[in-house]
Amino acid sequence: MTDLSETMPPPSAASAAPAAEPRAPWRPSTGLLCALPMLLLLGLGFLAPLLIVAVYSFMPRGTFSLTGAPTFENYVDIVAQNFHISFLWSIWLALLTTVILMAVCWPLAVSIKRVSPSKALLLTVLIVAPLFVAENIRLQGWSLFLDRAGLLDGALRSTVGLSTGSLTANVPAVVFGMAYIYLPFMLFPMMLGLSNVPPAAVEAAQDLGASRWQQFRDIELPLAAPGLVIGALLVFVISLGAFSESKFLGKGVIVTVSEDIESAFTFGQNWPRGSALSVLVIVLAGAAAFVGLRRLDLDSMLGRK
Amino acid sequence: MPQPILELRNVDKIFGDFAAVERVTLSIAEGEFFTIVGPSGSGKTTLIRMLVGMDAPTRGEILLRGARINEMPANKRPFCMVFQSLALFPHMTVGENVAYSLKCRGMGKKDRRERATECLALAHLPASYYDRAVTQCSGGEKQRVALARALAYDPEVLFFDEPLSALDYRLRKTLEKELKDIQRETGKTFIYITHSLEEAMVMSDRIGVMRDGRMAQVGSPREVYDRPRTRFVSEFFGEVNAFPVTAQDGRLWCAPLNMAFDPPPDAPAGFKSGALIVRPEHLRFDAAAPEPIRGELYNEYLLGSRVQYQVRAGATTLLVEGMGGHSPAGREVALTFSPEDSLLFAE
Repeated sequence: MTDLSETMPPPSAASAAPAAEPRAPWRPSTGLLCALPMLLLLGLGFLAPLLIVAVYSFMPRGTFSLTGAPTFENYVDIVAQNFHISFLWSIWLALLTTVILMAVCWPLAVSIKRVSPSKALLLTVLIVAPLFVAENIRLQGWSLFLDRAGLLDGALRSTVGLSTGSLTANVPAVVFGMAYIYLPFMLFPMMLGLSNVPPAAVEAAQDLGASRWQQFRDIELPLAAPGLVIGALLVFVISLGAFSESKFLGKGVIVTVSEDIESAFTFGQNWPRGSALSVLVIVLAGAAAFVGLRRLDLDSMLGRK
Repeated sequence: MPQPILELRNVDKIFGDFAAVERVTLSIAEGEFFTIVGPSGSGKTTLIRMLVGMDAPTRGEILLRGARINEMPANKRPFCMVFQSLALFPHMTVGENVAYSLKCRGMGKKDRRERATECLALAHLPASYYDRAVTQCSGGEKQRVALARALAYDPEVLFFDEPLSALDYRLRKTLEKELKDIQRETGKTFIYITHSLEEAMVMSDRIGVMRDGRMAQVGSPREVYDRPRTRFVSEFFGEVNAFPVTAQDGRLWCAPLNMAFDPPPDAPAGFKSGALIVRPEHLRFDAAAPEPIRGELYNEYLLGSRVQYQVRAGATTLLVEGMGGHSPAGREVALTFSPEDSLLFAE
């Protein structure tokens, strides 16, 4: 009742137009200049090919030109010719890998945080070390270890006379391979997330009567969530495009969408189909990233970091 | 004395080959405001962590109303601690922080809010703070949130690990008095850690002075201040004048001043050499004294209601506290003290 100023803006605010100033000639800012090489590289090397792929996905099947009449037939074909099965397999494997790695990496990250700095460094180095060997070589190594008459089977047969048979060429072997390869992508963001959990906050919760589970659910998990979300996102997006694991450890028992994309571009010589599948993968990965990162932004917006 | 609420019997805490806490025996009465003071590294925090249940003692026993609780985990003990870092939950609102212990206990939402608001009021925070983010609170407000959170747990003993050390002087003074009031109102036992003598003197019923993991002395603020048992305790409680002395013909010979003093009436028998401690307020200017310490007044500091003087005498510098009026610098002065105001410690 007393405050009328809101409804009656001071007259000067509406009428005072900004004084016309002679405009300075446009000069690119230092930041823009610094970013320019990267912008060019990403524009030409990342965005342009993606655009071409997107356009190809709407070209008639089997063509190699970008000027055909646009059509949806490649997307229709995906379902009609059962290519969606490999797509669903990839999603399922990516989800499974993400969940397994969350469960495996949490205790590992917590332990690394608790041991002395020198031990933590040693553990980190041990976990990073395999990254210096090419993924395919490591997977081939597991294949040699798990195959019939491989290292494990052979050793057991010659010592105790037991045979494991082949432990490859099945879905669990593929999931194992994926979890093994992508572990660091979950572990390190998770460790980063855990470093945002002040040890005193966990102790305070315990002091206030929280059980071990309540401490985890109410304090550790929400405070470490940003790292967890980033890790999950990384693992999900990367394993969505995985194909070495199913090749080397799955031995063709399942086909992932990446293998379909590869064969469409190579043996199949059907670029539009490969493009359509690629676009679907990109859209899914993009959606996952969007949802995950939006959650993170929300947290920081509320000032609850 | 009725049964103590908390008792420590020969408690040790050893990290590797370092004894952080050594043979501490202590009993704390119900409703007492007990303060543990000591320099940093004296084992105060380690001691309190064992009491709260976050560390286990290496040896010895901790008793709660006569029952051993060494093995009882922190979340089962009826104690609560206000941390030095406060350890508020940054992702929760003020209300969620305060009500957290109630939520853990399974109390309903409405009851939780009611009880938490009561505790906020006890800590002088308005109910409107309930939905505010902790990260938006000022240092003093965070302090009050931490206190309210501890009160909401309704512990039998509240522990404080130097919670006021990060605050400015005036706020600290205010909170010290409020804390004392809350303790009186709730009748709860408070155990408080600080390295500040002033904080300890203002709030405590009893003070325990720690040094190198041991309890050097336990007593009321008056006792600890007036009758310190060791030189360390006497020096910890404010600035003192320490004269190195040796026994000579029933008197104390002080070489740097080239003069002798009468020993205090309760001087330890068979004393050979050590330190004679005289507090600055016990030294007085007295030109008519029979055997004065002669020196040169060369500095004065205003301490609010009192004035502190620095006097050069012989090879040492003395501190004298008085009400003022002796200022001209460079003046020759004569100082004296009564033997009963001095303390003698053998070395």
